This record gives sequence, C-alpha cells and structure tokens, in this order.
Amino acid sequence: MEIPENVKKRLSLPFEENFYAGHTACQGCGAALGLRYVLKAYGKKAIFTIPACCSTIIAGPWPYSAFNAPLFHTAFETTGAVISGIEAALKAKGYKVKGEDGIMVIGWAGDGGTADIGLQALSGFLERGHDGLYIMYDNEAYMNTGIQRSSSTPYGAWTTNTPGGKKHFLERRHKKKVIDIVIAHKIPYAATASVAFPEDFMKKLKKAQKIPGPSFIQLFAPCPTGWRSPTDKSIEIARLAVQTAYFPLFEYENGKYKINMPSTKKEPKPIEEFLKLQGRFKYMSKDDIEVLQKWVLHEWEELKKKAEVFG
Amino acid sequence: MAESPFKADIERVEKEYSEKMTPGAIVYLPGSSVINKTGSWRVFMPEFHKDKCVRCYLCYVYCPEPAIYLDEENYPVFDYDYCKGCGVCANECPTKAIVMVREKK
Amino acid sequence: MEYKPIKKVISGNYAAAYAARDARVEVVAAYPITPQTSIIEKISEFLANGEVENLQYVPVESEHSAMAACIGASAAGARAFTATSAQGLALMHEMLHWASGARLPVVMVNVNRAMAPPWSVWDDQTDSLAQRDTGWMQFYAENNQEVYDGVIMAFKVAETVNLPAMIVESAFILSHTYDIVEMIPQELVDEFLPPRKPLYTLTDFDNPIAVGALGTPADYYEFRYKIEKSMEEAREVIHKVGKEFGERFGRDYSQMIELYRTEDADFVFMGLGSLMGTVKQAVDVLRSEGYKVGAAKVRWFRPFPKEELYELAKNVEGIAVLDRNFSFGQEGILFNEAKGVLYNTDAHPLIKNYIVGLGGRDFTVSDVKKIAENMKGIIEAKKLDREVEWYHLKR
Repeated sequence: MEIPENVKKRLSLPFEENFYAGHTACQGCGAALGLRYVLKAYGKKAIFTIPACCSTIIAGPWPYSAFNAPLFHTAFETTGAVISGIEAALKAKGYKVKGEDGIMVIGWAGDGGTADIGLQALSGFLERGHDGLYIMYDNEAYMNTGIQRSSSTPYGAWTTNTPGGKKHFLERRHKKKVIDIVIAHKIPYAATASVAFPEDFMKKLKKAQKIPGPSFIQLFAPCPTGWRSPTDKSIEIARLAVQTAYFPLFEYENGKYKINMPSTKKEPKPIEEFLKLQGRFKYMSKDDIEVLQKWVLHEWEELKKKAEVFG
Repeated sequence: MAESPFKADIERVEKEYSEKMTPGAIVYLPGSSVINKTGSWRVFMPEFHKDKCVRCYLCYVYCPEPAIYLDEENYPVFDYDYCKGCGVCANECPTKAIVMVREKK
Repeated sequence: MEYKPIKKVISGNYAAAYAARDARVEVVAAYPITPQTSIIEKISEFLANGEVENLQYVPVESEHSAMAACIGASAAGARAFTATSAQGLALMHEMLHWASGARLPVVMVNVNRAMAPPWSVWDDQTDSLAQRDTGWMQFYAENNQEVYDGVIMAFKVAETVNLPAMIVESAFILSHTYDIVEMIPQELVDEFLPPRKPLYTLTDFDNPIAVGALGTPADYYEFRYKIEKSMEEAREVIHKVGKEFGERFGRDYSQMIELYRTEDADFVFMGLGSLMGTVKQAVDVLRSEGYKVGAAKVRWFRPFPKEELYELAKNVEGIAVLDRNFSFGQEGILFNEAKGVLYNTDAHPLIKNYIVGLGGRDFTVSDVKKIAENMKGIIEAKKLDREVEWYHLKR
C-alpha cells in the first residue's frame, strides 16, 4: 500500500504490517492490537518468545502463523529464561543485539505468565542484565484458561474463581504492582503503556530498543471477553484506565521516574468511569468502589512523589 | 479502490500452503493466518459514511485485526474478509462516520 | 593429523567440562547442585582463563530456567549444554519434553543422585530413569573416560537426529573420583564434530518460522510419531558414530550394549553405569573360580537396545538385572524394560531383578559374588526363587 506523504506526517506509526489478519483473537482484543503495534515497531528483525497465554492461540495453531517474524512458543513460566538463552546464543554467534540495527529479543507474556508463574524467570532475566525486552500484556486475569484471577487482577473484580455470588466472593486483593518489582531490579528502562495510546507505546518501544540491557514494558490490554465489556469499548476503557490514574503511564529510565499521563496537575477522573463500562465490576458495592478509589489515589500519590523526588 | 495490504500474502500463502508435517511442528509460512477469513465471525458490520470522514486514521490505528486500510484518497477501506465486527473503529471515530449495523446474511 | 591423546588425571565432572569445551559449546546455562557443581565451576574457570572463545555462560536462577535457556539458545542455532542432578533434573522435567518436542539437540550431563526425602547426595539412577519418557536419549557412562567420550559423541548423535541427549554419570563414584582420561586434541574433535547445522533457526528473518505452535488432535499425533522415527534412526546413528569414534580414537562405542566375557556364559549380569565396572571386575574373579559368567553393560537406555538384548538373551540361561533404581509399585526400571523387550520374542532366559546400591549404598565385588551364587542356584533349579530381590536389605 502506497502511503501519501501527508498521511505519513500525521501518523508516527509505521505503516508496515507484520502482524497479519486472520488471527484468532476475540473481537476487540487488546493483546492482538498490542502485538500489531510491536510488530510494526520492530518489523521482522525481532525474535518473539511467547509462553502459554492467549497469544499462543492468537499467533495461530500449526500450520498457521499471524507473525511475519520468528516466533518460539514456550512453557508458561519460562519466558524470561528462554529470551536469556536466545540472547546468549545471538551473542555467542556474533550477532548485534538491541540498538538501532540490532536484533530485538522479545518476550511477550500475559499477566499470569509474568506476575505469577513466570516471576522467577523474569527476575533472573532482569537481574542478569540480558539485552532483551520483556513485554507483559496485562489483561488482569488468566484469560486463556477461561478468566481466573491472577495477582494482577484488581480489587472487586469478578472472575470465574472470584465469582461474586451470595457470599460476595470477589477478588479482595489489590492488583500486584509488578512494575515496582521490576524497578527494584534497577534495570535501565521500565515503563507502563496502553493500547489506547499507541504513539506513546511506540516511543517506549523505540527507547527499549536503544537502551542497552534489559527493558520491561507493562502494556494495558483490555479483554472484552474476560472483562464482560462491549467489544467496541476496548480502547475507551484503556483510555479511562489512564485518565482515572488506575493505570498511569510512566517511565523509569536510568533511575529517574517520568509520568507521561494523566496530567499530574489535575485530579484524575473518578474510578467509577472506568468501572461502569465493565461487567466484571458489577458486583461491587459502594464501599467496594470506595476501597478501590482510595487505593488508586494512594498509588497515584506515591508515583507522583517518586517522580518529584527521582524525576 | 486500493488493494488489501494482504493481497500478495494471500496469493503467496495459497500457493505455498502445505500441511506437510515437518519435525518440531514448525510453521514455515509467515503470515499464513490470512487463509482464515475471520469475517465470518461478524454479527455487526461497520457502515462507512464518507461524507462525515475527516481522515484522522484513528479507525486504522485501533483496528486489532488489522482489517482497515486506506484508499488512494486516504479514506478507510474495510476488509470484510477479516473484519470481526468488534466496533472499536465506530466507537473511536470522532465524527461518527462509522456506524455498526446488524449484518444481513 | 595423527591422534595423540592428551592424558590427564581428572574427575568425571572435569571430564564432562573438558568434553563440553572440546565440543565448542556456545551456550552453557546451569544452576549449582551437588554433585554436579564442579562441572560448571570448571567451565567458569575456562572462561575466566580465556580458554574458550564464543562461549556464553548464563548463570540462571533455577534448573528449570537452565533447560529453558538452553532451549532458547538451541532454537537460535547455538550448541547448548547444561548439567544437573536429581532434584534439579526433576525440576527440569517439563522442559525436557519441550526440548525433544521442539527437536533441539541440547546435551546435558546428569550426575545420578538419589531423590529426596530423605535427603541424599549419593548415587542412584532413579532420577534419570524417571525421565525415560521425555524423548531424551540416555547414555550411561561406566567411567570418566566414557563421560568425556560420551559428551562428544552425544552432540554428534543429537545433532544428526535432532533430539536431545543426556550423558549420565554416578555421584562421587565418577563425579568426584580422579582417573586417567585420554582427551582428544581440539583439531581432531573439530574434524569429528563439525559446527552444528540446525534443523531450523530463529535468526532467519527473511524466512521467519514459528516453533511449537498449537497442534490440534488432527496433527499432534504425527509429530509424536516423528520423534519416535528419529529415536529409531538414532540406533543406526549411534552405531555409526560409535564406530567412527573407535576408528579415530581407539575406543569403539558401536554397540549399545557392551558385552564383557559373555561368550559361552551361562548367565550374565546386566546393568547401567559405574556399577558395571565393579561387575566386570567380579566377572574376572568368578571366571577364575570356574563360573561361566559375563557382563552386559547397557550403554544407551534410550533408545533402548532391543535387538542387542534379544541377541544376548538367546544365548544365555539367565540374566541378573542389577538396578540401582526403583519404580515403586513395580520393580527395577531396567529389569522392567528388559522383560518387556523379551516377552514377544523366543528368548526367555530366567531373569531376576536385584535392587542394589540405592542412595549410594556400597556395591562391591563380594556382593556380585553373592548374587552369582544365588543365580547359579536358580539356573540349576530352572526356576526363580523370587522375581525382585532387595539385595542389601537389613533383615
């Protein structure tokens, strides 16, 4: 497809598609959109490792692939270790890894595969300082197995193993701050991103390519199927997650915090605006919402302070 | 009308597609997913009103398939072979140039 | 170039490390565990002293990750190596299946160690034999020389059939015991083992591939069959590679079962690994005392040497299978396999299972002699006294 110059100017997104249609993601899938962006950013010169997760299916069963880049499917908890091995092999064979024209070694794992079962391998990858990028696409539950809670599921959410019911058995623990655990490794670059803000995401992907050492991006990726939300609302929900400061976009670069969104000058939007579009929050009482709102604002204040002190 | 960005790929995959069993279940045909016409999943389809379009490309940017490309005049074209009808494009369109309508089969 | 071996007095673990070095491994990912640790210590030393080029050592945070990293490295085209023992091997279990399923010729040294609890660091084969269904080839070394030779041959066999291979040595009996090992000069190893030509690599960006995608019930079955076909092919390859090794370096490994003084034997001892060294010594003693006995050392447990076992069984009246391992609820694992192989043949010698040396219990020449006496009685009576005997049991 020929792209007119004026369009190219208006869009900082590359037009080349390396993620192909015909994939088997659900309607309105945030993870699929995230993959499309990542494959746009790096073109073919990226090696992907995907553990057990929705993307195993999205990428396609044998003999299909939606990727125009090399892809290795691996076991649930091994993403961090496999990308470490791939990076070591590339270095042993004399390839350039990362940097402008280097090969990108990418782990693409869900929140369960990152925050829960894959946390140890992730920690190893970060601590050893491999030149790679780990992207956690966060849809806040085990979606591929049929919507079970993960440690990244937020307070008050319905899942199939926190099903609400008469006894009001909902998720009662707050979302695990995986990004803080990652930052505790003092890696050169960590960031949060959202499929609702592709240009911001693209910038972060480019930074992750440029900065040597391990990089980590936590990508907010709505799941209409698991969140019981209308398929057309995926982007709107992701945008509201940022605007309510439920999922603020920020970067941690060489020890410095930088908040990208929402504005630190204004009060974030109330959390209800984010919650009301999703069926998974419909069991929450007013008190529940209050608990979540308090937590969101507390975390937001904490992040702002970090950005103030270590900005 | 511009062509689907996948046209050449569809031809390539149709030509080279093989179920030959290679050790290790290796997929040798990148992008072979184009053989799945996921448009059959659709219940609602995007109806495009060119007069309202301001060519902001948000529909193109946010399509998770991707099933939207641009024609010579930079208007969006909907690839109904792959569009699953999620409606993200209609929801994000700032001028309501895209409307989701129930598809008559 | 004429072959002049480099003789060194080294431990089994050092033999493994030197072999990995001489095989020019490109990625080593490993995690410490007794009694394996001195393998990776030695490899680290090679790196520290600049004795190896183009080697990346990944000090992973678990054995599970060690195997996962080797798998990633191998998929990217590198020659990958790791080493472990017991608990570490058990932790790797899931990824052992992954390596064979993805057809990656990773080579690993496993130092046989008993599984806990109770905690034990001593010799026992149950750890590796419990991995028999993972699609890995398994070679059991009798001595340090076989550890060295085994690692180098294993790479050649593994890279030919695109399946991973495990070289197994005994805790302490080999791993920490020093013995003379004849090492092969680098140029000759290079001739014998050229750089790996991978089945596929993740680094071909013009023709990108996807590995290990979902296999539906319509396809999965055939991929399993392909692994089995390669295992069958491996028997031929092992024979060829073992023969070539013998021709080049004087130690022939063409037979998957090494026979020792079995011609005209009434009965033979059969077993795996270092305990067969003891058995061979006992056979010499027994022969001098008039016993017509021999030893059959099973070198390769996977693929299992069916043909060779049949040929052996045809010509003997009894087989004493010595298992330093056990499958609970059944019997010794080698015994179980041997019986299974012979059932559908016309070779049915009296075959008895002796469970010996679990958890590093000493197993000596005098033990073999006692077993020989017992076997002699069985053959005279033409009847087993019992099928499985826990030989050392304190009664």
